[in-house]
Amino acid sequence: MEGITKRFAGATALDAVDFTLRRGEVHALVGENGAGKSTLVKIMTGAYHRDGGRMWLEDRPVRFDTPADAQRAGVIAVHQEIHVLGYRTVAENVYLGREPSRWGLVDWRRMKADTTALLDGLGLDIDPRATLGELSTAQRQMVAIARGVSLGAKVLVLDEPTSSLAEREVAILYDLIRRLRSQGTGIVYISHRFDELYAVCDRVTVLRDGKLVGTHALADLERLDLVCLMLGKSREALRAGTTAFAHHLTEPAEQGPAERGGAAGAPLLRAEALRSGSRLRGVTLDVRRGEILGLAGLLGSGRTETARALFGATPADDGAVYLDGKRLDPRTPEQAIRAGVAFLSEDRKAEGIIPELSIRDNLTIAALPTLTRFGIVSRARQREIVERFMRRLGIKATSADQTIRELSGGNQQKVLLARWLCTQPALLILDEPTRGIDVGAKAEIQALVNELAASGLGVLMISSELEELVEGSSRVVVLRDGRDVAELSRSEISPQAIIHAMAEGSAVAAPVGAER
Amino acid sequence: MAETATVTPAPTPSRPPGPSGTLSAAERRAAFGPTYGALAALAVLVLLNAIFTPNFATASNLWNVLLQVSTVLLVGVGMTFVIATRGVDLSVGSVMAVAGALAAVLLPRGLGVAVLGGLLGALALGLLNGTLIAYLPVQPIVVTLATLIAGRGLAQVISHDGELVTIDDPSFLVLGRGHAGPVPAQVLVALAVVGVAAVALRSTAFGRYVLAAGGNPAAARLAGVPVRRTLITVYATSAVLAGVAGLIEAARLGASDAAKIGLNVELDAIAAVVVGGTALSGGRATVVGTVVGALIMQVIATSFNMLLVPYSWSLALKAVIILVAVYLQRPRRV
Repeated sequence: MEGITKRFAGATALDAVDFTLRRGEVHALVGENGAGKSTLVKIMTGAYHRDGGRMWLEDRPVRFDTPADAQRAGVIAVHQEIHVLGYRTVAENVYLGREPSRWGLVDWRRMKADTTALLDGLGLDIDPRATLGELSTAQRQMVAIARGVSLGAKVLVLDEPTSSLAEREVAILYDLIRRLRSQGTGIVYISHRFDELYAVCDRVTVLRDGKLVGTHALADLERLDLVCLMLGKSREALRAGTTAFAHHLTEPAEQGPAERGGAAGAPLLRAEALRSGSRLRGVTLDVRRGEILGLAGLLGSGRTETARALFGATPADDGAVYLDGKRLDPRTPEQAIRAGVAFLSEDRKAEGIIPELSIRDNLTIAALPTLTRFGIVSRARQREIVERFMRRLGIKATSADQTIRELSGGNQQKVLLARWLCTQPALLILDEPTRGIDVGAKAEIQALVNELAASGLGVLMISSELEELVEGSSRVVVLRDGRDVAELSRSEISPQAIIHAMAEGSAVAAPVGAER
Repeated sequence: MAETATVTPAPTPSRPPGPSGTLSAAERRAAFGPTYGALAALAVLVLLNAIFTPNFATASNLWNVLLQVSTVLLVGVGMTFVIATRGVDLSVGSVMAVAGALAAVLLPRGLGVAVLGGLLGALALGLLNGTLIAYLPVQPIVVTLATLIAGRGLAQVISHDGELVTIDDPSFLVLGRGHAGPVPAQVLVALAVVGVAAVALRSTAFGRYVLAAGGNPAAARLAGVPVRRTLITVYATSAVLAGVAGLIEAARLGASDAAKIGLNVELDAIAAVVVGGTALSGGRATVVGTVVGALIMQVIATSFNMLLVPYSWSLALKAVIILVAVYLQRPRRV
């Protein structure tokens, strides 16, 4: 069956990626952050222009200059945030921009009748006269899809369609997707949730670092293999890479009398059954003094959400956080900081640096309460701290007065790390501490984290880089779909074991063999 | 106006890390940097006027300019902090009227009661602004617009349905008419406020919090900055300073005119702040710059008045200056 063929080749964001969507198939598009999924989709739907490559729709070469072009041709994206008018009715939203008219006026009756027919045809029980705002998120999403269908969609792109849906609503979405598939619509399905991929998708295309990894039928692909493809590891030859976390350096961290089984000393931090909407569905973990606890999981597994809950940045709805055996349950970052918790966000630009302020101010902002007397900041103590940390972390800048936005990513990250170190925390939560920084700074930060743990700090480290987790962690907790599914002790940690847990949701490591 | 190019806040990263001399120069830059252009513009304006405007360069006219600018200065200093947090306070004019009206009505019960009452009234409105802005997802411009409208009405209610309440207590009138030597009392008050505010912005934790909350609210919150408390304090400060300005205006007029006091002062204050080099996008602020900005506007108004140029022309020139200032501090990519 000859369906729709598209081919792209581009610069760095997407490097000669081939993609074929057949008529009447649901095709999953997966990859970690920065893999190029959204770039591919945007080119497909006319939001971006391709720099090379060719694209066909139903055997005819096509070129979309704008999303409107793509829509006219029948390639339609339904976005994560649904772009609709909340105060207008379902019918108005479906026909927005192409209202049926009679004698120059909107033909309301026809619009309503057509919408009813359309919704019935899709098996949706939605009143076309209801305003969008009254509908549930799922129903709104259905309307957005219905709009796509009414535009004559041959190709429908669903970008994380379930991210804001409850489980019951997901089932309705699946029904709709299957119905569209049987009508011959090709569907591109982007999601991080494996269960969904296996539930509705026929084939999967894996992207990594802007390159095509491969296209496979999901029925023939084990979850473990899919994870390996996404992360770029071969199943057999998983070998540890080289990071600055040399193994011998982590040895002193294993002071606990036993590695697991609760015999260890009282944990520094304990989180019990953290829950928060559909993002966290029960995470339990503890961090001991002097250890680096690695937190692993694929995108959307709840790693960052766990960190934010522990820090009070996005408090959990349910569950408990203990620090030093005392109930903390932080509701605000201030509370957590005062108790001795520090949190380095994964998004340096949006949540880390304060761009217009100097290195000095950025570095000391969290410690200001300890540097002030009668509200006045002690210049001398501030200077002393700034100089000490700039030297110790090797921050390269013309002076402490330079604004932080002028620094390189690695140096910014060091300033942010110093911001937390000068508050003298007991627990350091690092969310992707080495993401997007150069190799040199990366090694320096890894070495520093190691030293800190060795000096008795508890460290919780989130990382998407398996090498970093394997070589840096004393233990690893693996999250999947908002739950902690496995805990690996020092001797059990291996890329295979982590990948296995991420994919299958259990600690029974495939080739390494675990003790339970 | 070639000198105004120095308005660019960009320091010189290429300069090698020098000895302490370079460092203190850099520090001075950080404190005054964005106002160099405005300062140059002010110098040119004053120089031109000294040459071409008769009687401009006299001591009495100098004090007159300072006298007239002090209300805008008080309000502008508060506005500087508000704008540094990415906000704006439109209600300052109405708050002035409320404070003036309260003081006038309370004056029969004693000077202290009147002054305190006026300032507390202003504080209450500021706390209301700050709390709504800190806790509700409503934009500052909307919240303070509401207070602007409500405050003007409130002031008229307080002063017995908008009657002119005359003030004849001489000790209260000192605020608007008194002198210490040649220096008008209100100029002294304004200068003191400017001094305290400049130190607060530069050297207190509060000052850093203001800039952090305006520069990147999400990052500030995660760094433990009490963002909400900072916002509330900022709007309360703005309102109290407006209250002081309201008392001064009432004393200068010798009456509380609920319909007129502080009318449109928010626009003059915002103009002074922007011309002075404080970024509307938040995170960058200079109190000294606001002083310079307010002086530029006042010198234009005064000199046009002295040259018998119609008032409307001075408005047009002010508009041009504001646009130029905003253009010069447009965001740049680094």
